[in-house]
Amino acid sequence: MSNYNFAYLDEQTKRMIRRAILKGLAIPGYQVPFASREMPMPYGWGTGGVQVSAAVLTPEDTFKVIDQGADDTTNAVSIRTFFERTAGVETTTATCDATVIQTRHRIPEEALQEGQILVYQVPIPEPLRFLEPRESETRKMHSLEEYGLMHVKLYEDISRHGHIATSYAYPVKVEGRYVMDPSPIPKFDNPKLGDMAAIQLFGAGREQRIYALPPYTQVVSLDFEDHPFEASKADHPCGMCGATDSYLDELIVDDAGGRMFVCSDTDYCEARQAAGHKGKDAA
Amino acid sequence: MQAAPLSGGFANTATQSAHAFRSVMEAMARPGTIQDIEGASPPAPLSPAAGAVLLTLCDTETPVYLAGEMDCDAVRSWLSFHTGAPFVGPAQCMFAVGIWDALGPLSIYPIGTSEYPDRSTTLIVDSAGLSASGAKLKGPGIKDYAALFLPELEAFQANNLLFPLGLDFIFTKGSELAALPRSTQISRLDSKAGAQVGAS
Amino acid sequence: MYVAVKGGERAIENAHAWLAEERRGDKGVAELGVAQIREQLALSVNRVMAEGSLYDPDLAALAIKQARGDLIEAIFLIRAYRTTLPRFGASEPVDTGAMACDRRISATFKDLPGGQVLGPTFDYTHRLLDFKLAADGEVAEAPSREAAAGDVPHVTDFLNREGLIEQAPHDDTPPPDLTREPLEMPADRALRLQALTRADEGFTLGLAYSTQRGYGRNHAFVGELRIGSVPVEMDIPELGFAVEVGEVTLTECETVNQFTGSKTEPPQFTRGYGLVFGQTERKAISMALVDRALRWEELGEDNVGAPAQDAEFVLYHADNIQATGFLEHIKLPHYVDFQSELELVRKLRREAGVDQVAEAAE
Repeated sequence: MSNYNFAYLDEQTKRMIRRAILKGLAIPGYQVPFASREMPMPYGWGTGGVQVSAAVLTPEDTFKVIDQGADDTTNAVSIRTFFERTAGVETTTATCDATVIQTRHRIPEEALQEGQILVYQVPIPEPLRFLEPRESETRKMHSLEEYGLMHVKLYEDISRHGHIATSYAYPVKVEGRYVMDPSPIPKFDNPKLGDMAAIQLFGAGREQRIYALPPYTQVVSLDFEDHPFEASKADHPCGMCGATDSYLDELIVDDAGGRMFVCSDTDYCEARQAAGHKGKDAA
Repeated sequence: MQAAPLSGGFANTATQSAHAFRSVMEAMARPGTIQDIEGASPPAPLSPAAGAVLLTLCDTETPVYLAGEMDCDAVRSWLSFHTGAPFVGPAQCMFAVGIWDALGPLSIYPIGTSEYPDRSTTLIVDSAGLSASGAKLKGPGIKDYAALFLPELEAFQANNLLFPLGLDFIFTKGSELAALPRSTQISRLDSKAGAQVGAS
Repeated sequence: MYVAVKGGERAIENAHAWLAEERRGDKGVAELGVAQIREQLALSVNRVMAEGSLYDPDLAALAIKQARGDLIEAIFLIRAYRTTLPRFGASEPVDTGAMACDRRISATFKDLPGGQVLGPTFDYTHRLLDFKLAADGEVAEAPSREAAAGDVPHVTDFLNREGLIEQAPHDDTPPPDLTREPLEMPADRALRLQALTRADEGFTLGLAYSTQRGYGRNHAFVGELRIGSVPVEMDIPELGFAVEVGEVTLTECETVNQFTGSKTEPPQFTRGYGLVFGQTERKAISMALVDRALRWEELGEDNVGAPAQDAEFVLYHADNIQATGFLEHIKLPHYVDFQSELELVRKLRREAGVDQVAEAAE
């Protein structure tokens, strides 16, 4: 890969992305259009996150990639290898050692610190898209702060099911202005979005949008007074480390349909196990 | 004697602009903090920090307005050679550079549209006094409060009221910079409180 | 006992090694050369160049070889390569009137200046498998004659002279660049045409076909279809004039569409336009039909709600690299979202009073 520029992208492309990131930070929650480039991995596989990471990385960074909270899922491995090769950056699986973390579908359990940057891969950045497929319409709705449709949808859930039936990609309102899609993180992670010490950047490659949350930004999950937002997870402790406060994956462990629950954040789980915590399924 | 237009750019564009961008990004993400920025040696009156910001963000796709004394042959030819940015008037610019007194009034710059609030000018206010004291800042990027020296209050307060439209500012001096996005609310610092307000 | 899934890296490497082996196939069979693909699978090469937005037959042939003949995968390789190339500048607009035509037909006039030239076409071949080709593909030289001198005029110019077709005034406004700026709605015609020329052939064909079947019907005739090479010139500022930097083969289709007039326009013929890299006839005609359908608004026609009239629908879904990536990404793990859905469905079922037994058994 030595024929390619540092972090793969050419400098002009990086400048374009960097300008979009700055505007995103200046207007938290607003989706900045950017001329996403074709990347050497398919659209939908993290091209937005990869372009944002490429635009922020310096050679001194330590980079971590997670998919579903795990460092060892195949696409996380693939993206990590890509930056090892093209940017020569050090990589890590330890959340606390990373300066830039690219993620798909999770926010690490461990609280992030100042000096860290969390880059999200976003498939559909428009929170109103499934209510209104037309970009020209949703853009108008954002400009007019016309979010009634979203509230109607959530309220229909309540009248049908007794509560809001959105379990991931749960919409949030940023600084009382823009309704934002937090990417398909489980709603369990939503409370971590606000007041975070780290910078959060969101990249949607195919949809050509970048948006951002500066540190300590006010982020509120949409809800109703009589139906307040509730962050939920499987009501079990982790089978490996015994954690009761982490988001869990459910695994089928035998032909009889036996199940166990394990932290989706592999680094968190391993660190707890190394510190001597043990769940009921641990060897 | 001015630096020749061919010199004073980034020697290693990819890594130097990556570092410079991180400084700008940290500054924009954490209003009131002061960041180091290095790598550029532009001709006077452009400060090294302002030069580095321009090298990092500008190219043929970004119209630049040179305000007041910035609009001189030395700066023009240096910027042309290193970025290729076209020079335009304030109404068309994506970036404007100058000292505070030369940049105003702020009403001459694009503040974005309600559908595209990002299509607004970023002003690089050069040679401003840079210190984490002065006006009191509150808003995204700031834990509790921050403080920053601002050349005046009213213009920035008025700009904040335009949110989500508005201008974004980068203050540069020597090899340091700070930033003030449109999202920051500004008030006069209470006497005494300044001591506790760190650049968080 | 649960063991966390590890070794993703080795699994990926092994999969890639296996893929390389499968690409090569039986080693007892001679390896396919890039030049063979370029010369003998030229229409595949053309499609890859057109939808990859990069005119380079050798690279396109290489991409086809690497992609095991999967053309969308080959297009993806070309796009990913293209995006890393530095831009030296923009060429002058090519003049298709000066095209050295290999093929030029009109469905609207039996004969016309420049003549009807069939060229190397599948039209009128009987689609019978040629079993001789399985053993021996050598062919005798085709008859030839001197090319006629002079430019070949556009058919629409003749109609224009009579004032029967809508005006298409010359316009030197630089078009937006889809590859450098994010797609924005509403998209003007230049931007739409840019998106359509690199759009998926199958998608464009399907849309065009739907207009013929009544979903936004616009009665298209192929006024002219021409295929041939045109010189590409670039203005060199240091020299102060344009120099020829190369030559590309293009397919151009101009449709003449019946039009009885609208609230804003008089009765006249209207135009649809297709221009595509290489010999890519099906694509160029499809493009012209879809272009015409998308023009309903500027011609003051009614929006009948047809898919081909809907610029947002067409432009946001026409790119096969975007489409295939997003479609195939559902292969990636979605444990986390699925888990939160599992919890939700269980909760809803519990509340609805079903499934208590299964949940209790856990």
